[in-house]
Amino acid sequence: MPKGDFWNPEMELLDRGEIEALQMKRLREVLERCERSPFYREWFREAGFYPHKVCSLADLRSLPPMDKDTLRGGDPRRFLTVPLEDVVRLHSSSGTTGQATVVFHTARDIEAWTELVARCMYMTGVRRSDVFQNMMGYGLFTGGLGFHYAAERIGCLVIPAGSGNSRRQIQLMRDFGTTVIHVIPSYALYLLDVFRELGLDPKRDTALRIALIGAEPHTESLRLRLEESYGFKAYNSYGLSEMSGPGVAFECPFQEGMHVWEDSFILEVLDPDSLEPVPVGEEGELVFTSLHREGMPLLRYRTRDLAYVYPDTCRCGRSHRRISRIKGRTDDMFIVKGVNIFPMQVERVLLGILGVGSNYQIVLDTVGSRDEMRVLVEVSGDIWHGEVRELNRLRRRITEQLRREILVTPLVELVEPGTLPAGEGKAVRVVDKREHVREE
Amino acid sequence: MAHQVNVFAQNRPGRLERLTEVLKDEGINIRAITIAGTEEFGVVKLLVDDPKKAHRALLREGFSAYLKEVIAVIMEDRPGGLHRVCRVLGESGVNIEDAYGFVVQDRGTAVLVVEVEKIPEAEKVLREGGFELMTDEELYSL
Repeated sequence: MPKGDFWNPEMELLDRGEIEALQMKRLREVLERCERSPFYREWFREAGFYPHKVCSLADLRSLPPMDKDTLRGGDPRRFLTVPLEDVVRLHSSSGTTGQATVVFHTARDIEAWTELVARCMYMTGVRRSDVFQNMMGYGLFTGGLGFHYAAERIGCLVIPAGSGNSRRQIQLMRDFGTTVIHVIPSYALYLLDVFRELGLDPKRDTALRIALIGAEPHTESLRLRLEESYGFKAYNSYGLSEMSGPGVAFECPFQEGMHVWEDSFILEVLDPDSLEPVPVGEEGELVFTSLHREGMPLLRYRTRDLAYVYPDTCRCGRSHRRISRIKGRTDDMFIVKGVNIFPMQVERVLLGILGVGSNYQIVLDTVGSRDEMRVLVEVSGDIWHGEVRELNRLRRRITEQLRREILVTPLVELVEPGTLPAGEGKAVRVVDKREHVREE
Repeated sequence: MAHQVNVFAQNRPGRLERLTEVLKDEGINIRAITIAGTEEFGVVKLLVDDPKKAHRALLREGFSAYLKEVIAVIMEDRPGGLHRVCRVLGESGVNIEDAYGFVVQDRGTAVLVVEVEKIPEAEKVLREGGFELMTDEELYSL
């Protein structure tokens, strides 16, 4: 039952000792459950890992971490610890050609996830009297449904607006007195232009008071700019579909780092090369073990996200440790308009169309207040037969197929051979010039 | 049948300069040049005295170049000259994809260079229409 500033005071106010004791208890249950899954039986055997011998959280470290490739390596149903008929939903990460990772949820998984996201929202001040406009994509993407369920759980009036259609978003905000939005920060920035075009001032002409922002990296200065222009408080959100989605970590009203719900996740921060823990306060890769999921628990899952843990305790009274903003990635994934994209996806599309490997470069830039993704492709003699028409056709084809693969429409530019950095070694495939993405 | 060199070039300063420099260094003489372009890129079409040599040199210098077959038709350098060529092609249903012309000064004739999809058919109707077509060698000796 919610009490004061806490949605779940019992869990949110555990002290460190209690958190660790609860983690140990839940870990034992999860490990026992994992032995019902064909994947984990094999994973444990190969690693020489004996779940019943785990006596401390440190013992878990004898199990090798898993990553996206582990999940992609075959039928996702092998991870299940329940019969498939107990599964009520699946979510999937972006990427279409054998790159998507699937996560299965039972009814209890959805329930636990909903509770976690509700806890995050309530922590920022969202209450049942709020009107919540969810401006995130619904569907396979977890950001839409995750927040939708949680807002209903709190009792908000939920407007499932989905993403895009800017004028309609503003119309909805004004017609129904939206007080809370869930939005991609770059889109919130763009929407300011639309407000201006309509001769509206979001501060004066809307009732917005809270924005939940996430799904893509952004700087503190972008947050401040949004807060100032809209007159709301913006809270940073962290999650990934492999850990159910949003609700893994969230900012409290102090806006200094995101609390990881350690009753539901074991957090490790590891050196990405040695896979040894880094000292507290130092940057490393976030690795999570899910403690709240029964259908498809994941153990020591490497997120590829780099961040550090705050060494001190938060003034809000919660002992759940806080992580910093995501500082970077240990792989080459990048995020455009909230969509995760790997250069490999672009490469495969080009190879499919051109039939030969072609030198290419991805340039991310902020044009006006919109993010733009440009794909530069070298036109070598082997792929061209001298016609202008052919080039126009080629460009349209690349654009269309990339859109299908990465779900974002890039600007494709054909460039002369030799104009891009050479394809060998560590070529600079992605150049990110967006100012609001990363601070120095 | 004649050949023309098509070169892909981005629409930015200095590209044509670099291209012509390569041709200059190879001692290539340009008979005619035309650029088919869009906003961001263009295709430079060159009719030169030695197309194969020009093609090789451009490839060597990293250009995306293509040796394209075209038809070079000799026409009279007087009113109606071009019209006669177009009428023969039009009446036979040959679609001209691209074309440009130039005058050969000391001969009182002009040359029309046409790009068509089906070259043998177009050559046939032009010959039957009484037109003289030029080969690379003939263009070379102009």
